[in-house]
Amino acid sequence: MENSTALGQDKENQPQGKEGRPWDEMTAAAFQDPEPGLSKTAESQQAPETGPQSRSSPPRSPQPPGNTPPDDLTGSGASPPPSPLQEPSSTPSPLALARQDLAAPWQSDKNASVTPEAGTPHSDYLEPSPDKGDSTPHQTCQSQGNAFQQPQQPNSHLYGPKDVSCNNAEQKKLRFDIFQETDSNSYDNAGEAEPGASEAAPSMLETAIQNAKAYLLQTSSKSGLNLYDHLSNMLTKILDERPENAVDIIENISQDVKIAHFSKKLDTLQNENEMLPTYEIAEMQKALFLQGNLEGADQELEDEIAENSLPNVMESAFYFDQSGVGLGTDETYRIFLALKQLTDTHPIQRCRFWGKIFGLEMNYIVAEVEFREGEDEEEVEEEDVTEERDNGDSEGEEGDEDELPRPSYKAPQAIPKEESRAGANKYVYFVCNEPGRPWVKLPPVTPAQIVIARKIKKFFTGQLDSPIVSYPPFPGNESNYLRAQIARISAGTHVSPLGFYQFVEEEGEEEEEVEGGRDNFEENPDFEGLQVIDLVESLSNWVHHVQHILPQGRCNWYNPIQKSEEEEEEEEEKEEKEEPDYIEEVGPPLLTPISEDLEIQNTPPWTTRLSSNVVPQYAIAVLRSNLWPGAYAFCNGKKFENLYIGWGHKYSPDSYTPPVPPPVCQEYPSGPEITEMDDPTVEEEQVFRAAQEAAVLPDEEDEETEEGEDEEEDYD
Amino acid sequence: MDADSLLLSLELASGSGQGLSPDRRASLLTSLTLVKRDYRYDRVLFWGRILGLFADYYIAQGLSEDQLAPRKTLYSLNCMEWSLLPPATEEMTVQAAVVKGRFMGDPSHEYEHTELQKVNEGDKVFEEEVVVQVKEETRLVSVIDQIDKAVAVIPRGALFKTPFGPVHVNRTFEGLSLSEAKKLSSYFHFREPVELKNKTLLEKADLDPSLDFMDSLEHDIPKVEPCPRAWLPKALAPQPQALPPPQGPGASRWSEAVPWWCCAACSGQASPSTMLPAPRTVATSTWAPVRRT
Repeated sequence: MENSTALGQDKENQPQGKEGRPWDEMTAAAFQDPEPGLSKTAESQQAPETGPQSRSSPPRSPQPPGNTPPDDLTGSGASPPPSPLQEPSSTPSPLALARQDLAAPWQSDKNASVTPEAGTPHSDYLEPSPDKGDSTPHQTCQSQGNAFQQPQQPNSHLYGPKDVSCNNAEQKKLRFDIFQETDSNSYDNAGEAEPGASEAAPSMLETAIQNAKAYLLQTSSKSGLNLYDHLSNMLTKILDERPENAVDIIENISQDVKIAHFSKKLDTLQNENEMLPTYEIAEMQKALFLQGNLEGADQELEDEIAENSLPNVMESAFYFDQSGVGLGTDETYRIFLALKQLTDTHPIQRCRFWGKIFGLEMNYIVAEVEFREGEDEEEVEEEDVTEERDNGDSEGEEGDEDELPRPSYKAPQAIPKEESRAGANKYVYFVCNEPGRPWVKLPPVTPAQIVIARKIKKFFTGQLDSPIVSYPPFPGNESNYLRAQIARISAGTHVSPLGFYQFVEEEGEEEEEVEGGRDNFEENPDFEGLQVIDLVESLSNWVHHVQHILPQGRCNWYNPIQKSEEEEEEEEEKEEKEEPDYIEEVGPPLLTPISEDLEIQNTPPWTTRLSSNVVPQYAIAVLRSNLWPGAYAFCNGKKFENLYIGWGHKYSPDSYTPPVPPPVCQEYPSGPEITEMDDPTVEEEQVFRAAQEAAVLPDEEDEETEEGEDEEEDYD
Repeated sequence: MDADSLLLSLELASGSGQGLSPDRRASLLTSLTLVKRDYRYDRVLFWGRILGLFADYYIAQGLSEDQLAPRKTLYSLNCMEWSLLPPATEEMTVQAAVVKGRFMGDPSHEYEHTELQKVNEGDKVFEEEVVVQVKEETRLVSVIDQIDKAVAVIPRGALFKTPFGPVHVNRTFEGLSLSEAKKLSSYFHFREPVELKNKTLLEKADLDPSLDFMDSLEHDIPKVEPCPRAWLPKALAPQPQALPPPQGPGASRWSEAVPWWCCAACSGQASPSTMLPAPRTVATSTWAPVRRT
């Protein structure tokens, strides 16, 4: 590392101190090096291709005079013109030259890498004194004027201390650097190279290099790129990133480099930062983490801790993790914070993380909440008022259009929804798409929604206001459907170990009249816990603690006849007919063991597991619902929790088939009064009159037959 | 998910609610290493888990050098002892298609299915009830195969085809950009191409033969407009999101700038419109992120 930084410093220093001159010389050296060894090979290669050697000599002779002046510092700018000008003269056949060009750089390159090792003492090369590297590399170079020293110098102060193998690799990089450097001022170098090595300077090779570069530097007419820059960028990338087996992925690297040209950074017009939506979420969630700081006072804190309604989500998440369920620590913690936000901002008595329902676009995180006494009443009333208004509006419209015939069909009376804190509306549910987003309260569920929700199967989208397009039509939008599914899932899958809850005895006795359903329970203070093994082995140790929802869509059966008798006494006859339909629906009472749950087509509704078979001593009991895939419960003997993470779909072994539409109703009673007939013609009327006058009974038959004939004619 | 980066992949897939308990995780890490050694696979993927009524199947797949070559599938009930499953055949698919309901968790369990077969005896043709027995192992093989074909997806560029034919992991793949990640066309079915051959020359003109050598998702049925929200990684741990019905619920994928994964999970119920007689399964096949050393 020290060395590399040293190099960095050097690189920075060079331009200031030496004005780029050292590099020029260095590259010159690189091209000079090969001369002694290469001249033969280069010529021998040329021989078959270009033919007479004399052709290669012309470029040599003109060069020295042309290039000697640029030996001084200022001359670098003047040197380029001569060398390109020579090109045409030196290249008899373009084809041969191209080959020659390709071959030449590589050879010179090879030699450049070889010569330093061969020509210089190894000790100097591998273990240079730090002074040399840092302080006066370039000065010495210049003073020596030795072409061989130049390329070593960077080598030595760069990679000296490293071992040899590393050295080789790094050396390659260096070579590349040199190469690149020459690229930037290629013609200068070539020109300057001459004088230093003028004695033994066969310029054939340089010309070849120049030609090769000229060719490689040709700008593509399509993309405006040139191969030289592209190759050097590629090699830079490879050497910077050092992928393994780079040769295998060279195509991809080439592609990456090209793609990089189209990246946004080239856009100079405006500095457009890509706004990833992740930033928004992060910004929103930031508020969650800061909410603790806002409340400073200790007293408030104590109060809060005393009346804490926040569940210990992390603890139950730990147990769920033991059983292989759960959202991961990270997400759970965010949800935890979101729940804290919810309990802080609402008057909440009790709160629970209900679960997560997946949607096609976004997911729902569901919180189950019980408001403090009397806090939620207002909201509910407001909702009722709005509903009534809606009804009023629709009635008003109907009143305006009283000309239209009204259908005789009367919809069965809507079953009223259960009051809050009872039945399916026992709890209030809040949902949000993402921890940190605002919590939205779901509307209370109506029996009709539950009934329809049982018949349909829809994916959630993640937008609460999106419509539910289904048959039978669902009364409401996605928020209602979500609420209905939550109610169904809760009723089906919320279970607790036997004995954890007990009925509230005093009230229970009084309320026995009400459908025999004791719907209040409380935590049993004497609950001593169950053996985990018992919980796994017997389903009868688990009980439902959420009321069963009747086919009617309510938990407590509502008798639709009662009201109708009061309100519409006139229609008693009809009711009598309908009465057999209303058989009182009774579901299993609260706290029924789940062993009595029904099977669906030979599939047992529950699966129990021990969380670990390897260490059963400390394992917990895990209960998995097969009816509602995604519903889980755990119990470690004393503690238990229910969680649902899924799509909100009930399991069905068969494919979903929508219910068959009901038979088509008769539009009107068909009879002679409304059957279409032609008006009688004048003759017919005359005949009719005549007939009437003559006799009544026998003529009627004639009339009918005539009419029949007329109709037939009309059809023709 | 690649067995080498199992823990990371599991964490990223945790938003689906399906995870592995600590002892399962640990035992998988141990046993999959041994599987890789014993069967000499180039890569071992933890495919996922199929929930059974009495036991769960844990599925792993072994890949050879050529990533697209037929995969070997192994199952285990306890995450330690792995058994090789036979390759899926057409016949198996037909056999297993009649079975409904949940898996049991016992590979030797035999489902009984009665079907009516027409029997010719002389002139008379009468129907006879024949009891067909299907082993759960057969069903397991066929279901894994179906899930693989339907929902195993990879982001474009994650694999590349060498000029000699074999498909390799692209080590320079750096994930999809956000705009790319939103497009269904940037994802491929991780299987032998089926529909690619039916494309017209005009459609093929823009394809890069080294990258676009598999079926892209954009022509899957039913068509669904991909929702940008669905692809967003959630902070550092991307949240697996539902893929719209073409992949069925549970199939999910996400991509990020540097690491990328794809994951296919199936809860066994494709969608209300196109129901597959698939079991309740959870499959997570995640691909290893590009690692730079």
